[in-house]
Amino acid sequence: MSGGTLVDVAFWAFAVAAVVAAWLVFRVDSMVRAAYWLFASFVAVGFIMVLLGARFLGLVLVLMMAGEMTIMAVFMVMFMMNPAGLNPMTMVHQHRTAIIAGVVAFAGLAGVGLVADFPDRPVAASSEPTAELGRELLGDSMLVFETAGVTLLATMIASIALAAKRGRFGDAAAGSVAPELDPEPPPPDPEEQAGHDHHHDAAGGKEAGP
Amino acid sequence: MSLPALLVVSAALFGVGVYGALSQQTFVMIMMGLELMLSGAMLAAVALWAGATGGNPKGQLLTVVAMTVMAVEAAMGFALVINIYRIRRAEMTEKIKRLRG
Repeated sequence: MSGGTLVDVAFWAFAVAAVVAAWLVFRVDSMVRAAYWLFASFVAVGFIMVLLGARFLGLVLVLMMAGEMTIMAVFMVMFMMNPAGLNPMTMVHQHRTAIIAGVVAFAGLAGVGLVADFPDRPVAASSEPTAELGRELLGDSMLVFETAGVTLLATMIASIALAAKRGRFGDAAAGSVAPELDPEPPPPDPEEQAGHDHHHDAAGGKEAGP
Repeated sequence: MSLPALLVVSAALFGVGVYGALSQQTFVMIMMGLELMLSGAMLAAVALWAGATGGNPKGQLLTVVAMTVMAVEAAMGFALVINIYRIRRAEMTEKIKRLRG
Protein backbone atom coordinates (compact mmCIF):
# COMPACT_ATOMS: atom_id res chain seq x y z
CA MET A 1 0.00 0.00 0.00
CA SER A 2 2.90 2.36 -0.58
CA GLY A 3 1.60 5.05 -2.83
CA GLY A 4 3.68 8.04 -1.93
CA THR A 5 3.12 10.89 0.44
CA LEU A 6 0.32 12.40 -1.63
CA VAL A 7 -1.86 9.35 -1.04
CA ASP A 8 -1.01 9.45 2.66
CA VAL A 9 -1.94 13.10 2.95
CA ALA A 10 -5.19 12.48 1.09
CA PHE A 11 -5.96 9.49 3.30
CA TRP A 12 -5.47 11.40 6.54
CA ALA A 13 -7.49 14.34 5.23
CA PHE A 14 -10.40 12.05 4.30
CA ALA A 15 -10.07 10.08 7.54
CA VAL A 16 -10.27 13.19 9.71
CA ALA A 17 -13.11 14.53 7.57
CA ALA A 18 -15.05 11.27 7.89
CA VAL A 19 -14.79 11.12 11.67
CA VAL A 20 -15.38 14.83 12.27
CA ALA A 21 -18.41 14.87 9.95
CA ALA A 22 -19.75 11.77 11.72
CA TRP A 23 -19.36 13.53 15.05
CA LEU A 24 -21.09 16.67 13.76
CA VAL A 25 -24.11 14.58 12.72
CA PHE A 26 -25.08 14.36 16.38
CA ARG A 27 -23.94 17.85 17.30
CA VAL A 28 -25.83 20.17 14.92
CA ASP A 29 -29.28 21.45 15.79
CA SER A 30 -30.69 21.17 12.29
CA MET A 31 -31.58 17.62 11.34
CA VAL A 32 -31.35 18.41 7.65
CA ARG A 33 -27.79 19.54 8.26
CA ALA A 34 -27.21 16.32 10.20
CA ALA A 35 -28.29 14.34 7.13
CA TYR A 36 -25.84 16.21 4.94
CA TRP A 37 -23.01 15.86 7.47
CA LEU A 38 -23.66 12.14 7.37
CA PHE A 39 -23.44 12.32 3.60
CA ALA A 40 -20.12 14.17 3.91
CA SER A 41 -18.84 11.41 6.17
CA PHE A 42 -19.87 8.78 3.63
CA VAL A 43 -18.24 10.70 0.79
CA ALA A 44 -14.97 10.74 2.74
CA VAL A 45 -15.26 7.00 3.43
CA GLY A 46 -15.99 6.39 -0.25
CA PHE A 47 -12.89 8.32 -1.28
CA ILE A 48 -10.76 6.34 1.19
CA MET A 49 -12.11 3.20 -0.51
CA VAL A 50 -11.11 4.65 -3.88
CA LEU A 51 -7.63 5.36 -2.52
CA LEU A 52 -7.43 1.74 -1.38
CA GLY A 53 -8.20 0.53 -4.89
CA ALA A 54 -11.87 -0.39 -4.47
CA ARG A 55 -12.97 2.25 -6.96
CA PHE A 56 -16.29 0.69 -7.84
CA LEU A 57 -17.37 0.19 -4.22
CA GLY A 58 -16.30 3.67 -3.18
CA LEU A 59 -18.22 5.40 -5.94
CA VAL A 60 -21.27 3.17 -5.50
CA LEU A 61 -21.26 4.12 -1.83
CA VAL A 62 -21.18 7.83 -2.68
CA LEU A 63 -24.00 7.50 -5.25
CA MET A 64 -26.16 5.39 -2.96
CA MET A 65 -25.74 7.78 -0.07
CA ALA A 66 -26.47 10.85 -2.20
CA GLY A 67 -29.92 9.43 -2.87
CA GLU A 68 -30.50 8.18 0.63
CA MET A 69 -29.48 11.37 2.37
CA THR A 70 -31.78 13.40 0.12
CA ILE A 71 -34.64 11.14 1.15
CA MET A 72 -33.55 11.51 4.76
CA ALA A 73 -33.56 15.30 4.51
CA VAL A 74 -37.07 15.22 3.01
CA PHE A 75 -38.12 12.95 5.88
CA MET A 76 -36.78 15.40 8.40
CA VAL A 77 -38.77 18.23 6.86
CA MET A 78 -41.90 16.07 6.74
CA PHE A 79 -41.92 14.65 10.24
CA MET A 80 -39.72 16.50 12.64
CA MET A 81 -40.81 19.37 14.79
CA ASN A 82 -37.63 21.37 14.34
CA PRO A 83 -36.04 20.35 11.03
CA ALA A 84 -34.29 23.61 10.36
CA GLY A 85 -32.74 23.89 13.80
CA LEU A 86 -34.11 27.38 14.36
CA ASN A 87 -34.06 26.96 18.10
CA PRO A 88 -31.25 24.99 19.64
CA MET A 89 -32.06 21.73 21.31
CA THR A 90 -30.55 18.44 22.17
CA MET A 91 -32.72 15.38 21.84
CA VAL A 92 -30.83 12.68 23.63
CA HIS A 93 -31.54 10.12 26.29
CA GLN A 94 -29.23 7.92 28.36
CA HIS A 95 -26.46 10.22 27.30
CA ARG A 96 -23.73 9.00 29.64
CA THR A 97 -24.38 5.32 28.88
CA ALA A 98 -24.25 6.07 25.16
CA ILE A 99 -20.95 7.92 25.46
CA ILE A 100 -19.43 5.10 27.49
CA ALA A 101 -20.69 2.48 25.02
CA GLY A 102 -19.30 4.44 22.08
CA VAL A 103 -15.89 4.89 23.70
CA VAL A 104 -15.75 1.23 24.70
CA ALA A 105 -16.68 0.13 21.17
CA PHE A 106 -14.03 2.42 19.71
CA ALA A 107 -11.34 1.34 22.16
CA GLY A 108 -12.07 -2.36 21.69
CA LEU A 109 -12.12 -2.26 17.90
CA ALA A 110 -9.13 0.07 17.64
CA GLY A 111 -7.25 -2.18 20.04
CA VAL A 112 -7.95 -5.16 17.81
CA GLY A 113 -6.81 -3.17 14.80
CA LEU A 114 -3.58 -2.12 16.48
CA VAL A 115 -2.68 -5.33 18.30
CA ALA A 116 -3.85 -8.12 16.01
CA ASP A 117 -1.34 -9.53 13.59
CA PHE A 118 -2.89 -9.40 10.15
CA PRO A 119 -1.10 -10.91 7.15
CA ASP A 120 0.67 -8.32 5.07
CA ARG A 121 -0.54 -9.07 1.57
CA PRO A 122 -1.43 -5.84 -0.22
CA VAL A 123 -3.31 -5.71 -3.50
CA ALA A 124 -1.01 -6.12 -6.46
CA ALA A 125 -0.64 -2.87 -8.36
CA SER A 126 -1.39 -4.63 -11.62
CA SER A 127 -4.71 -6.08 -10.50
CA GLU A 128 -8.06 -4.85 -11.77
CA PRO A 129 -10.33 -4.90 -8.72
CA THR A 130 -13.49 -3.86 -10.53
CA ALA A 131 -13.15 -6.51 -13.22
CA GLU A 132 -12.38 -9.12 -10.58
CA LEU A 133 -15.41 -8.09 -8.56
CA GLY A 134 -17.57 -8.37 -11.67
CA ARG A 135 -16.31 -11.87 -12.43
CA GLU A 136 -16.81 -12.86 -8.81
CA LEU A 137 -20.37 -11.50 -8.71
CA LEU A 138 -21.42 -13.26 -11.88
CA GLY A 139 -19.25 -16.33 -11.33
CA ASP A 140 -18.50 -18.19 -8.15
CA SER A 141 -20.54 -15.95 -5.87
CA MET A 142 -23.58 -15.54 -8.04
CA LEU A 143 -25.76 -17.16 -5.39
CA VAL A 144 -24.74 -14.47 -2.88
CA PHE A 145 -25.39 -11.76 -5.44
CA GLU A 146 -28.79 -13.13 -6.38
CA THR A 147 -29.73 -13.58 -2.73
CA ALA A 148 -28.91 -9.94 -2.14
CA GLY A 149 -31.10 -9.03 -5.11
CA VAL A 150 -34.05 -11.08 -3.87
CA THR A 151 -33.59 -9.60 -0.40
CA LEU A 152 -33.81 -6.13 -1.87
CA LEU A 153 -36.96 -7.10 -3.79
CA ALA A 154 -38.52 -8.44 -0.59
CA THR A 155 -37.55 -5.19 1.14
CA MET A 156 -39.23 -3.13 -1.56
CA ILE A 157 -42.44 -5.13 -1.26
CA ALA A 158 -42.37 -5.00 2.53
CA SER A 159 -41.72 -1.29 2.70
CA ILE A 160 -44.54 -0.56 0.25
CA ALA A 161 -46.84 -2.77 2.28
CA LEU A 162 -45.85 -0.96 5.46
CA ALA A 163 -45.98 2.54 4.06
CA ALA A 164 -49.12 2.24 1.93
CA LYS A 165 -52.08 3.99 3.49
CA ARG A 166 -54.59 1.48 2.22
CA GLY A 167 -53.75 -2.15 2.71
CA ARG A 168 -55.39 -5.26 1.31
CA PHE A 169 -57.80 -5.52 4.20
CA GLY A 170 -58.76 -1.89 4.49
CA ASP A 171 -57.15 1.17 5.92
CA ALA A 172 -53.66 0.64 7.24
CA ALA A 173 -54.47 2.37 10.48
CA ALA A 174 -57.86 0.72 10.94
CA GLY A 175 -58.60 -0.18 14.53
CA SER A 176 -55.88 1.98 15.96
CA VAL A 177 -56.85 5.11 17.81
CA ALA A 178 -54.97 8.09 16.51
CA PRO A 179 -54.02 10.39 19.36
CA GLU A 180 -54.07 14.15 19.09
CA LEU A 181 -51.45 15.78 16.93
CA ASP A 182 -49.57 16.89 20.03
CA PRO A 183 -50.40 14.31 22.66
CA GLU A 184 -50.42 15.35 26.26
CA PRO A 185 -48.02 13.37 28.40
CA PRO A 186 -49.80 10.68 30.39
CA PRO A 187 -50.30 11.41 34.08
CA PRO A 188 -47.12 10.38 35.81
CA ASP A 189 -47.11 7.03 37.52
CA PRO A 190 -45.95 7.27 41.10
CA GLU A 191 -43.56 4.36 40.63
CA GLU A 192 -42.30 5.62 37.29
CA GLN A 193 -41.69 9.02 38.77
CA ALA A 194 -39.46 7.51 41.37
CA GLY A 195 -37.24 5.63 38.97
CA HIS A 196 -37.07 7.38 35.62
CA ASP A 197 -37.24 11.06 36.32
CA HIS A 198 -34.12 11.85 34.30
CA HIS A 199 -35.56 10.44 31.07
CA HIS A 200 -37.90 13.31 30.38
CA ASP A 201 -35.65 16.29 30.61
CA ALA A 202 -34.41 16.38 27.04
CA ALA A 203 -37.61 15.87 25.07
CA GLY A 204 -37.51 19.24 23.41
CA GLY A 205 -39.65 20.89 26.04
CA LYS A 206 -42.72 18.96 24.95
CA GLU A 207 -42.87 16.74 27.99
CA ALA A 208 -42.81 18.39 31.33
CA GLY A 209 -40.10 16.79 33.38
CA PRO A 210 -40.99 16.12 36.98
CA MET B 1 -2.02 4.64 4.90
CA SER B 2 -1.28 1.56 6.95
CA LEU B 3 -3.75 -1.14 7.85
CA PRO B 4 -3.82 -0.32 11.62
CA ALA B 5 -4.52 3.35 10.83
CA LEU B 6 -7.43 2.37 8.59
CA LEU B 7 -8.82 0.05 11.24
CA VAL B 8 -8.58 2.80 13.88
CA VAL B 9 -10.50 5.18 11.61
CA SER B 10 -13.20 2.58 11.00
CA ALA B 11 -13.36 1.90 14.75
CA ALA B 12 -13.86 5.62 15.34
CA LEU B 13 -16.73 5.71 12.84
CA PHE B 14 -18.26 2.67 14.51
CA GLY B 15 -17.89 4.22 17.96
CA VAL B 16 -19.59 7.45 16.91
CA GLY B 17 -22.34 5.32 15.37
CA VAL B 18 -22.84 3.39 18.62
CA TYR B 19 -23.07 6.65 20.52
CA GLY B 20 -25.63 8.05 18.08
CA ALA B 21 -27.79 4.96 17.91
CA LEU B 22 -27.98 4.72 21.70
CA SER B 23 -28.34 8.39 22.56
CA GLN B 24 -30.67 9.86 19.95
CA GLN B 25 -34.40 10.09 20.50
CA THR B 26 -35.56 10.67 16.94
CA PHE B 27 -36.04 7.54 14.84
CA VAL B 28 -34.28 8.95 11.81
CA MET B 29 -31.30 10.04 13.91
CA ILE B 30 -31.06 6.51 15.32
CA MET B 31 -30.96 5.25 11.74
CA MET B 32 -28.10 7.65 11.08
CA GLY B 33 -26.20 6.06 13.95
CA LEU B 34 -26.81 2.59 12.53
CA GLU B 35 -25.57 3.72 9.13
CA LEU B 36 -22.40 5.13 10.64
CA MET B 37 -21.76 1.77 12.28
CA LEU B 38 -22.23 0.04 8.93
CA SER B 39 -19.95 2.56 7.27
CA GLY B 40 -17.21 1.76 9.78
CA ALA B 41 -17.70 -1.95 9.14
CA MET B 42 -17.49 -1.46 5.37
CA LEU B 43 -14.35 0.63 5.67
CA ALA B 44 -12.75 -2.09 7.80
CA ALA B 45 -13.76 -4.75 5.26
CA VAL B 46 -12.28 -2.79 2.37
CA ALA B 47 -9.12 -2.03 4.38
CA LEU B 48 -8.61 -5.72 5.15
CA TRP B 49 -9.36 -6.61 1.54
CA ALA B 50 -6.73 -4.17 0.33
CA GLY B 51 -4.10 -4.85 2.98
CA ALA B 52 -4.38 -8.42 4.16
CA THR B 53 -6.01 -10.63 1.54
CA GLY B 54 -3.97 -9.80 -1.50
CA GLY B 55 -7.01 -8.47 -3.32
CA ASN B 56 -9.24 -11.51 -3.00
CA PRO B 57 -12.50 -10.46 -4.72
CA LYS B 58 -14.53 -12.12 -1.96
CA GLY B 59 -13.50 -9.22 0.26
CA GLN B 60 -15.23 -6.80 -2.08
CA LEU B 61 -18.20 -9.15 -2.17
CA LEU B 62 -18.49 -8.85 1.60
CA THR B 63 -18.70 -5.08 1.20
CA VAL B 64 -21.43 -5.46 -1.41
CA VAL B 65 -23.39 -7.56 1.09
CA ALA B 66 -22.88 -4.88 3.75
CA MET B 67 -24.22 -2.28 1.32
CA THR B 68 -27.28 -4.46 0.77
CA VAL B 69 -27.80 -4.57 4.52
CA MET B 70 -27.54 -0.79 4.58
CA ALA B 71 -30.16 -0.38 1.84
CA VAL B 72 -32.51 -2.83 3.57
CA GLU B 73 -32.06 -1.03 6.89
CA ALA B 74 -32.78 2.34 5.35
CA ALA B 75 -35.85 1.21 3.39
CA MET B 76 -37.42 -0.68 6.28
CA GLY B 77 -36.57 2.10 8.70
CA PHE B 78 -38.26 4.75 6.58
CA ALA B 79 -41.32 2.53 6.07
CA LEU B 80 -41.61 1.92 9.80
CA VAL B 81 -41.21 5.62 10.56
CA ILE B 82 -44.04 6.46 8.16
CA ASN B 83 -46.22 3.74 9.62
CA ILE B 84 -45.71 4.66 13.26
CA TYR B 85 -46.15 8.36 12.51
CA ARG B 86 -49.44 7.66 10.75
CA ILE B 87 -50.80 5.57 13.59
CA ARG B 88 -49.31 7.22 16.66
CA ARG B 89 -48.12 10.65 15.46
CA ALA B 90 -44.79 9.70 17.00
CA GLU B 91 -41.39 10.65 15.70
CA MET B 92 -39.47 10.03 18.89
CA THR B 93 -38.82 6.92 20.92
CA GLU B 94 -40.32 8.49 24.05
CA LYS B 95 -43.72 8.83 22.37
CA ILE B 96 -44.19 5.09 21.93
CA LYS B 97 -43.50 4.09 25.49
CA ARG B 98 -46.90 2.47 25.69
CA LEU B 99 -47.04 -0.26 23.07
CA ARG B 100 -50.85 -0.59 23.04
CA GLY B 101 -52.73 0.54 19.92
